[in-house]
Amino acid sequence: MEESVARRIEGTPQFIELVRKRSSLAWTLTIIMLVIYYGFIALVAFAPALIGQNVGGAVTLGLPLGIAVILSAIILTGIYVRRANGEFDRLSNEIVAANNAAMGRAR
Amino acid sequence: MNRILLAASPLLALGATAAHAADLAAPGAKQATNWTAIAMFLAFVLLTLFITAWAARRTKSTADFYAAGGGITGMQNGIAIAGDYMSAASFLGISALVYGSGYDGLIYSIGFLVGWPIIMFLMAEPLRNLGRFTFADVVSYRLQATPMRAMAATGTLVTVAFYLIAQMVGAGQLIELLFGLDYIYAVVIVGVLMILYVTFGGMLATTWVQIIKACMLLAGATLMSILVLATFGFDINAFLAKAVAVHPKHAAIMLPGAQVANPISAISLGMALMFGTAGLPHILMRFFTVRNAKEARKSVLWATGLIGYFYILTFIIGFGAIVLVMGNPQFVDAKGVLLGGANMAAVHLANAVGGSLMLGFISAVAFATILAVVSGLTLSGASAVSHDLYASVFRKGRVTEGAEIRMSRITTVVLGIVAILLGIVFKNVNVAFMVGLAFAIAASANFPVLLLSMLWRGLTTWGAFFGGFVGLITAVGLTVLSPGIWTAVFGMTTPAPFPYTSPAIFSMPLAFLVCFVVSKLDRSRAAMAERAAFDAQYVRAQTGIGAEGASAH
Repeated sequence: MEESVARRIEGTPQFIELVRKRSSLAWTLTIIMLVIYYGFIALVAFAPALIGQNVGGAVTLGLPLGIAVILSAIILTGIYVRRANGEFDRLSNEIVAANNAAMGRAR
Repeated sequence: MNRILLAASPLLALGATAAHAADLAAPGAKQATNWTAIAMFLAFVLLTLFITAWAARRTKSTADFYAAGGGITGMQNGIAIAGDYMSAASFLGISALVYGSGYDGLIYSIGFLVGWPIIMFLMAEPLRNLGRFTFADVVSYRLQATPMRAMAATGTLVTVAFYLIAQMVGAGQLIELLFGLDYIYAVVIVGVLMILYVTFGGMLATTWVQIIKACMLLAGATLMSILVLATFGFDINAFLAKAVAVHPKHAAIMLPGAQVANPISAISLGMALMFGTAGLPHILMRFFTVRNAKEARKSVLWATGLIGYFYILTFIIGFGAIVLVMGNPQFVDAKGVLLGGANMAAVHLANAVGGSLMLGFISAVAFATILAVVSGLTLSGASAVSHDLYASVFRKGRVTEGAEIRMSRITTVVLGIVAILLGIVFKNVNVAFMVGLAFAIAASANFPVLLLSMLWRGLTTWGAFFGGFVGLITAVGLTVLSPGIWTAVFGMTTPAPFPYTSPAIFSMPLAFLVCFVVSKLDRSRAAMAERAAFDAQYVRAQTGIGAEGASAH
């Protein structure tokens, strides 16, 4: 891609909107995942007794907690994919279409 | 009973990696030849060779060979990624870890899973939009090709080598145990089949071998878990209570154990697992087999879901083995040690819940799993040599597709032979350690350079080059100074200079720091041009305009 083309696309409102929305979602979800995981590791390292706390019958807190971390990883990924496949792809297609039109005019 | 812990005791906190890559080194008697298992395995081999022949007819261009022509769907690729990730060791090793120390096994599985969302959020799309065949394509997109490809190919080959040694040694030991075949035959069979798949069928055959194996493994593990829970009428409480009552550690199996006692080691290991996944070349390569960024996203969602589900199953299987295998004279010796070693927990459980047919099926699945994982690794090593070093660095891109594929096939054969020899030479090495190292190197050398090249305008060639090599050398160096090598391998009596089990907590931030500082200091004309070229790269990474095989033209 030529730099002039890149700079033109970078200046379009759709591109600015796409990048702003996508990075804010991506970094928010990344931070949530890091907090969940390292929070879990911190509990394991510093409060092991809490992990072994009985929460009903033979089930201890560590089990639902561990499964919740696994599920949160899957759910966070799902949230991202849902928004990206809908909203972000729509924006991205608009940018591509506008670019094709501009390239057509240039030719 | 705690055989896995004893076997890996110098490397206690490396248990995670043990689990992943198969600390299958536990000593044990060779099993009697298992004909059901061999028949099922032969059926798998015939099917996969048939697929290889089919794939070979469709593999003509470099895009076919390295990336299956970009024609894999998101779901197929997701299953194949899960297949790459669920090694025999994940299955046997983590269930063995649960069997030996309960909750620790779950902690490790979680570490292996949480890297996937990060790959999704920060890397999957730009990776797909910028690369063609290898992650070196991405890091050399706007940086100078020769130093960057040399660095990325080195990172790839070192990571692949350690991972491959671990898998080959694990394969030999596992097959010796499961099938009653000699170690050396087992290693040679794995090597030869892997060479056939990759040389003739390229990425297309490798992907389908991976998909079939992933489905077999998931089906087998699901069936075993259902059979285990059915024994207790699906009453989780009764199931757990029985496990706590039977296990010699009793309630302690529901607590974090000795393996995560040191917080710094625990966090360092967590970093290696989480970010190492995002730097494993054979995993990164899978993103180029799909048509566009949308399919790449679907792949990650499928992979994350399947891997998460699989780790929950291994936990049930480990507890199932505590309840149904532990103390059963059919499966343990007079001292209560599992026949064939601690890693056999899941295999004995298969026998306990499903008889010899289930045992044969699970054994065949374990063999198939190793075969599929080594094929993926070899293909990624071969592409680093043929695509990055040969075609781009030595021939400066002046090479025909035919010549590049030929070079790739030759490299595959050479790597296959090298893998067989390494498997034989390193027969007694601690495989857990090798995989720990592979993850730490991937997190310290490949991941920082790849991430910064995609996200940070300021990264220059020399920043990336030095950052990557510093990460690589620090990761290997600190590992040598850690108890795992210093004490266990060199037999030094002085305490290891580096007391932690994983170097990632130091080597990964250091790599980022060097990338940053060297890039900032780089005031050369080339560096200016590289920063200016970021705009074009960024637009392509974000929108896919101009990307290889992208649907949006």
